[in-house]
Amino acid sequence: MSDASLNSTETQAYDAGFGDYFALLKPRVMTLVVFTALVGLIAAPVPMHPIVGFAAILFIALGGGASGALNMWWDADIDAVMKRTAKRPIPSGRITGDEAFAFGMALAGISVVMLALATNFLAAGLLAFTIFFYVVIYTMWLKRWTPQNIVIGGAAGAFPPMIGWAAATGSISVEAILMFALIFMWTPPHFWALALFTKMDYDNAQVPMLTVTHGRRSTRVHILVYTALLAALAVGLGFTSVGGPLYLAVAILLNAHFLKGAVDIWRRNEEMAEDDRFLTERKFFKASLIYLFAHFGAIAVEAMLAPYGWGGW
Amino acid sequence: MSLSRQHEMHKRRFSRNLGLGLVLAAFVALIFGLTVAKVSNEDFTLPTGEEAS
Repeated sequence: MSDASLNSTETQAYDAGFGDYFALLKPRVMTLVVFTALVGLIAAPVPMHPIVGFAAILFIALGGGASGALNMWWDADIDAVMKRTAKRPIPSGRITGDEAFAFGMALAGISVVMLALATNFLAAGLLAFTIFFYVVIYTMWLKRWTPQNIVIGGAAGAFPPMIGWAAATGSISVEAILMFALIFMWTPPHFWALALFTKMDYDNAQVPMLTVTHGRRSTRVHILVYTALLAALAVGLGFTSVGGPLYLAVAILLNAHFLKGAVDIWRRNEEMAEDDRFLTERKFFKASLIYLFAHFGAIAVEAMLAPYGWGGW
Repeated sequence: MSLSRQHEMHKRRFSRNLGLGLVLAAFVALIFGLTVAKVSNEDFTLPTGEEAS
């Protein structure tokens, strides 16, 4: 864009800075991607050169960022009417939709090709599939069509540890699948709790969240069922090669606490929730963040202690 | 709209250009590091065509 464009009728209200492009990558989501991919890589039984490992994590993160940019490009209309997302770069006018699309596509291509060159084709293929799944299957198709959007779309966020594992080993194992399943089962209760206390936003945006289509009572039941299934899965992961006594202790404690939170949510009705401004739901949402980081943190610690004869079984 | 050197738009463009420059420099450093790591690997062998020449 030249300075002359300031006189054009198509001039943007704001000329984007570096931070605006960075915001397109959804940096907070990226921390989860980086962390879980890193754990997948560390827990894998094949050691990696530190620079190759660093590059692998960087390109996985970049692929996640590309997904975020393409998601913001497609969902700009929804973001504009939701309070939580109205300040994002596209609805606030700092970046145009076309710029975000070009930025996202370029990053997606670079991240997949570079991951293939740095590690292997399986990891790159999984990353390409993850981007496709998040952008096309979730964002363009499921999100506006089915109340199960979060359940199936959660798969996209669950791939990073599997990609990290594949980058190190060149294959996929039961441990990688269970780490995938842990995030996959964790995503619905995490987002449904959020939907319970940000109800007007999803209503206004006409996104078919479970709270909108099946009602809030049903959402509370769903949270409990998914949390119970998640607890069984999380404890079960402790008996594989990536688990160990420390992981198992963390999993039992956190799942007992998380399950109690889900039961509390299930026992409440809307009057009780509005009386204390959804305190229980908010606590459950916060606990869900700690839950995931602690589980993957414990897997990483087990893997790092293993060479000293401490971690693992 | 007058454009002086102090216009806020220039500051934003400078931040974008500086950021992009740093990212590109970091990318070059990363590719160099990756190359060193790959050729230092014990399993690394030159393609047969280059070995012959």
